[in-house]
Formats: sequence, C-alpha cells, structure tokens
Amino acid sequence: MSIEVSGVNKKYGDFVALENIDLTLPTGQLTALLGPSGGGKTTLLRIIAGLEEADSGRVVIEGTDATRLPVQKRNVGFVFQHYAAFKHMSVARNVAFGLEIRKTPKAEVRRRVGELLELVHLSQFADRLPSQLSGGQRQRMALARALAVEPSVLLLDEPFGALDAKVRKELRDWLRRLHDEVHVTTVFVTHDQEEAMEVADEIVVVNQGRVEQVGTPDQLYDEPANDFVMGFLGEVTRLGPVRLRPHDIEVAVTPGSAGALEGTVTRLLRVGFEVRLTVQPDASPTAGGNGGGPEPVSVVLSRAHARSLDLELGSRVWLTPAVGAATVPAMVAV
Amino acid sequence: MSTVAESRRGIALPALGHDLTRASGIGLGLAMTWFSLLVLIPLAAVMVTASTTGWSGFWSVVTNDQTAAAIRLTVTAAAGVTLFNVVTGTAIAWVLVRDRFPGKWLLEVVIDVPFALPTIVAGLVLVSLYGVDSPLGLHWANTSMSVWLAFAFVTLPFVVRMVQPVLDELEADVEEAAASLGASRFTVFRRIVLPSLVPAIAAGAALSFARAMGEYGSLVLLSGNLPFESEVTSVRILSAIENDNRAGAAAIASLLLLISLLVIVALDIIQRRVARRG
Amino acid sequence: MAEVRRHRNGPVTYALRLAVVAYLVLLIGWPLALVGTHAFENGTEAIRGIFEDPDMVAALRLTAVAAVVATAINTVFGVAVSLLLVRNEFPGKRVLSALIDLPLSVSPIVVGLALVLVYGGRDGWFGPTLESAGIEVIFSTPGIVMATAFVALPLVIREVVPVLKEVGTEQEQAARSLGASGWQTFWRITLPSIKWAVVYGVVLTLARSLGEFGAVKVVSGNVLGETRTATLAVEEKYLNFDQEGAYAIAFLLASVSVLAILIVSVLRAIGARQATR
Repeated sequence: MSIEVSGVNKKYGDFVALENIDLTLPTGQLTALLGPSGGGKTTLLRIIAGLEEADSGRVVIEGTDATRLPVQKRNVGFVFQHYAAFKHMSVARNVAFGLEIRKTPKAEVRRRVGELLELVHLSQFADRLPSQLSGGQRQRMALARALAVEPSVLLLDEPFGALDAKVRKELRDWLRRLHDEVHVTTVFVTHDQEEAMEVADEIVVVNQGRVEQVGTPDQLYDEPANDFVMGFLGEVTRLGPVRLRPHDIEVAVTPGSAGALEGTVTRLLRVGFEVRLTVQPDASPTAGGNGGGPEPVSVVLSRAHARSLDLELGSRVWLTPAVGAATVPAMVAV
Repeated sequence: MSTVAESRRGIALPALGHDLTRASGIGLGLAMTWFSLLVLIPLAAVMVTASTTGWSGFWSVVTNDQTAAAIRLTVTAAAGVTLFNVVTGTAIAWVLVRDRFPGKWLLEVVIDVPFALPTIVAGLVLVSLYGVDSPLGLHWANTSMSVWLAFAFVTLPFVVRMVQPVLDELEADVEEAAASLGASRFTVFRRIVLPSLVPAIAAGAALSFARAMGEYGSLVLLSGNLPFESEVTSVRILSAIENDNRAGAAAIASLLLLISLLVIVALDIIQRRVARRG
Repeated sequence: MAEVRRHRNGPVTYALRLAVVAYLVLLIGWPLALVGTHAFENGTEAIRGIFEDPDMVAALRLTAVAAVVATAINTVFGVAVSLLLVRNEFPGKRVLSALIDLPLSVSPIVVGLALVLVYGGRDGWFGPTLESAGIEVIFSTPGIVMATAFVALPLVIREVVPVLKEVGTEQEQAARSLGASGWQTFWRITLPSIKWAVVYGVVLTLARSLGEFGAVKVVSGNVLGETRTATLAVEEKYLNFDQEGAYAIAFLLASVSVLAILIVSVLRAIGARQATR
C-alpha cells in the first residue's frame, strides 16, 4: 500500500477542514480526489505532501511514517494549480532543480532533464523562460520537474484548473497516457467529475471534510453510496420515491407496467444526438406532493428512440425506472 | 493510535517546515534587537528625557517666545506647503500618467531628485536661484519665504509618488462609463477619479507634513536661521543641544516625535482602509 | 502628438502640462543646473582642489564608508524584516510594520539627539558602559553609521515587501517539495525573485546615506579630517566663504544622487518592459 492516511483531522480556527479521514491508496494507481470547492480535498493532498500539518492522525508513504517528516524529506512530487514555475530559471533549469538539490552529477542531470523534456514534449523549449510558454506547456514543465526527483508519489492539485477547456482535455488524455508509461502512484485533486471519471483508476469523493465514497468510476456511477455522490457524479432526477439518472428512465406512450408514473411532456429539447424531456407528472398519492404538486421529472433518451415514440409537446407518457438503474431513495421534501 | 500533533490553531503558517520556523524566530529576535537598539530605545530616551522636567518644565520650554515662534512658523509653513502639494502633487501625477509628450521621462527623474539629493545640497541648490545672486531677482534667502521654498522642494515627491500608481491602475472603463452617461470631463474627475485618489493623496499629505515638520538640512544655508523670522523647530532643538540643554532639546523633540507618531498611525489607518476596499 | 486614451488634448491639458513643467523647472531643474555651472565656473579647478585637499578626501572617504556600511546593514535587516512581515504571523506584527516607517517621518535632528541620549559617552544610557569597554559611538564612526542607517532604514523594506507579496509562496513550496531546505529555497528561489526590488532598495539607500546631514551633524562632532563627512564639509566651506569649494562638493554629491535615480528609473523601465512581454 503506497499511501495510508489514518485518523487525520484538520481545523482552521472553527472551520473543520478534515474530519477523521481514513484512506488507503494502492501503489501504482491513478487516484482522483473529487469534490466541491472548499470540501477539504486540497487540504488532504497538502497534508499528504507535508505542505500542511494535520492536527492529529498519521500519514504513511511507502511504509514509512511520514507524519513528522517535513515536505522536503518526503520525496513526493507536487504539481500546483498555478504551475509555481521558477520564473527566473529556464525550463531545463526548472526541471533540473530537484536533482541539483540532491547533488546529482552534472552529466546525469543533463541526461535526466533531456529524457524528461522528451517525455513531456518540451525538448525544443529547454532554454526558454517559463513566461515564454503557454499555460499547458508550463504545466507539463511543472510535471517534468516533479517527476525528475523520481518521487514515490506524485500529487497534483487541480492541475488543469487554470487552463482553457480544449487544453484541459488534451492534457487529461496525456496525463492518463503518461501514467500508463511511468506508473508512479498518482493522486490528483479535481472538482470536475468528468475529468475524474475519464482519467482515474479510482475516485475518492470528499465533501465537507469527510470521505463520502471510494471506488472505481463505474462503481461510483452505478452504485453511489448516497444522494450526494449520485448528485455530484451526474445529473439526477426524482421519479416518485427514488432518485435516478435521467437516462435511466423508460418512457412508454401507452399505460403498461404497474406503478408507472403518468404525466405530460411540458418541454422537449434536442441537443445533438439526445433528446431532453421535462415531464409534469399528474398529481398522485405516490408522488407525495408538497403542496405545489409533484416536481417535474427530467428524462434523457436517444433521438432515434424519441422519434420512434413519436413524442411531442403535450404527449401523455408513462415513466418507469429502467431495469438495473442506479437509484437512491429520494429525501423527503419538507 | 493517532498521535496528537501540537496544534497551532489560529496561526495559519502555510507550508513552513519546522527548521524555517525556528530560523524565523531567531531572525525575528535579531531584527527586533537591532531595531530596538537603533530606533526604539533612542526614541524612548527622547521621551523619557523630556519628561524629567515634568509638565511645567516642558511647557516653559515650548512656550519660550523664540521656540513658540519657531514652532508656529514650522507648523504654518508645513501645513501650507502640504496643502499646496495636495493640489500640485495631484496635478503632476496626472500629467505624468495621462499626458504624453517628448521629454516626459526627464520629469520622472526630476520628481525624485528632492528625495535623493542631500538636504544640504538642496539648500545650496535653492540659494543659487533664490539667494543673493538670484538670476530671477527673487531674494528669498534669509526670509520666511525661504522656509516655504525649502519645504516645497523636499516634500515634492511624496504626494506625486503616492498618487501616481493609483492613477495608473485606475480603470479607464469606469471613466468611460461615466462619460457615456453624459458626465463632462471635469465631472468625471471630481466624481469618479478624485474619490479613488483620496486615500493616496491623504497618505502623501501625511508624509509630506511630517517631513516638513522635521526638515533641517535644506534650511541651513538658505534661511539664515533668524529668530522670529526664519528659524524652524529643528534649529531650536539643535541650538539647545549645542548649549548642552538636553532636557530642553528633548522637550521640543518629543513634540516633533508625537507628530511623527500621529502621522504613521494615520498612514496605517489609511492603508488598512484601502486594503479593505480591495 | 500621441493621444492618451482617446482624450483630445484640450487647452486644459496644455495649460496643466505647461504649469507642471514650469513649476518643476523653477523649483528643481534650474537650481540644480546652477550648481553645475557654479562648480565649473573656473573649469575643473574647483573639483581638482577637492581631491588635492587631504581633509576633503578624508571627508569623502568617511562618507563613502559610512554609507556602504549602513547600506549593507539595512539591506540584510530590510530583507529579513520583509520576509518576516510577509511570510509570518506573530504578535505585534502590525505595530512593527507601522513603526518601520517611523524613521521616514522623524526629523534628522531628533534622530541625532535620540542617539546621543542613549550612546553619548559622558551621560548616555549605554554610552558610559560602551566607553569603558573601549567602544566610542558618538563623535566617532559607529555613531555616523548608526545615524545613517536610522534615516534610511525603511527604504529596502518599502521596495521589497510589495514584491514579496506579489510573488506569493507557491514557488517556495514547489522548491521545498523538490527537497530544497529553507536556506536553499531562500538563495535559489526567494532572493532571485525579489532581486530587482533589493537592487532598487540598495541604490536608494545608498543615495540617501551619502547625503545624510542633520543626524550626522549632531552625532559626529564634525572634527576636521576625522568625523567630518562630505555634507558637513559643504556647510563648512559655504559658511567660510569658500563658495566654489562648497559648490564643487555639492556637485559631486548631486551627481551621485542623480545617477542613482537614473539607474533605478532605467532598471524599472527594463523591468516593466519584461513584465509586459
């Protein structure tokens, strides 16, 4: 087991940033810490790195108790959201920094820096200053710099957060491929569930200073432990007594199966290859109305399916959860 | 199983290892020792020495006819020059930021001259144009006019250098928005620009006043130090020192020191208010 | 004529420009130029005279030594205090940060008096003790250095603090995560990123130190060839009707100040251009 966090607590004044965190991350995996801003995921990452001190608890890295070790002794690679490029040094000097600190022989430094710049596709920029690079290039430089010291774990704090959408997507794929090549235990923080689902082997959902669920992207999506995880990982709608994904709803235009929710299509929107419906259910005892009538249900189905059902505004529809759909009980509206 | 770490609540030290914290502690100790030896203890000595004669002693020193006249002249001229600087300093800053013409960089350099020029040289410089051989025919040396002149010279950069960066960062779109709503250029200046400059102007004015109150070097050759005419407070302190009347010197000095303290308190408040505004 | 922000150059702009230029020429430009012409009234004779007079050479040397020592002290102190103020929290930080500016607003005569009261050899607070240990402060070089250091104290700090705030701590954290010790981080990361601010601070401190007059006058004793600095020599020569000599030294001192300002403004212009690149 590469990283073990046990009983970690952290407070800032009265604000509880982390509450009794226990977490084990296996060697060689790419793990995402996913959660909303201010949920404590960056604090957890910084505590693992040693950039922040926990009020209590233990951090073990590669079998060594690192709780008391300062950051420079932990041999972690840390990549910052805003790159933290050493502005006065060339790209090559940036990457060489950790090696120079470790008094690595000059020839060895040159060789390693060459290799790493190759790896992050920055060889032709070796002598430039960080200010002459684009954001994506700077982040790749920061990554090469962190990898240079052959860290036992690589920690990335919202590594793509400051980049625009297109570069973000490229770097995401690239990080995945890089990890497949380098195989260093990697933890990255993100608030973007799509990023986490696409890149990570395992996702840790952190919210309000607690771990909500740990699992593979599929597990989390299909078997969310609670309402929060379900809501955070994708769209959710309420169908009678349960909450589920809008595309996990079967739509029928004739009354068939028992327990179906009957309603009227009040909005119909085509977006690319899918069709989004808003269905206003008829008031019924199962909906458990809260005075204002039952809340509208969102449904997503493929364009072909919608066409075959001949749906249009005002159509009468009967809704049932699809077989095997991930559902959680809906919280009772007050 | 969990070891309770020494919690450092309330002290948010981001990312500082243990050894640096210890180093910081030592650094703080050394810095404070030097600062105390150089600045705090000597200034405290002034206050303590001033208080040895008691309130009546203090009062008789500062109400001595000649001293009172010097204080009156210094305060009047310092306040007058500061008011003058508020207007001219803002105007100069405005020209430096908003106007563009060949040779403007030379003005930028000239603004800083009073700050870097030795005060005794400043006095000599002014004597050459406003003294006995004045090419302008303005014989201001050895008159109270010379005090005003010297103050204006040495305090010139303060308001300009405080206002300039603020004016520089002022977003043009706010002014353009005001103009698009029909405000004239003068109205835009008075209603939009000036309010955002007020803290900088106030800070510059405070520094300018404090500097003028304590000025000495530039007056030595220029003012002639004539009692009841062109003698300022600093000169009174110096003559007390030279007459070995340290308690008297300290009494007048403590008055100046009090003004300096008031000025830095005012500056602190202004800076905090600006920081809060964002 | 280049237009600024699409404003037309109306009569107000021209009037304001004229007024500002006239004011600065009358107050600073013209008088400053006159010092030059007075100094060279008889060619280079006056300047040469200064360098041939051993007392004047001693005065210039004393001024240079005091300024260099005071600047060195203030640079180390200034960088350390800036780091402490920006990177640490400690009780009394706000008070310290406000008090640091105090020397800028204290009269030089008060500075001199304050130092004499504490370090005066005869009846100062610490003076007699130091004297019996063989250390003479007042009427000697250490006193001149202290007076000089006092008046120029905040200059480095005022330059470094804003830059240090702007640079932030991320680069330092990155360096530490790569294994650098606190000391290595300071030399390799922090200092290079505040390099220019320190340089401005040093140049301004040096200029201010070379020119200190009032405080030095009180603590130095003004002994010819021993504790007389260049600025004191200007006064002495002028009052002794050696106007040419006074103007010659004044010219030397003024040249150094103007040079210092020019260096800083050129460096700043380069820095600004690099920042916008």
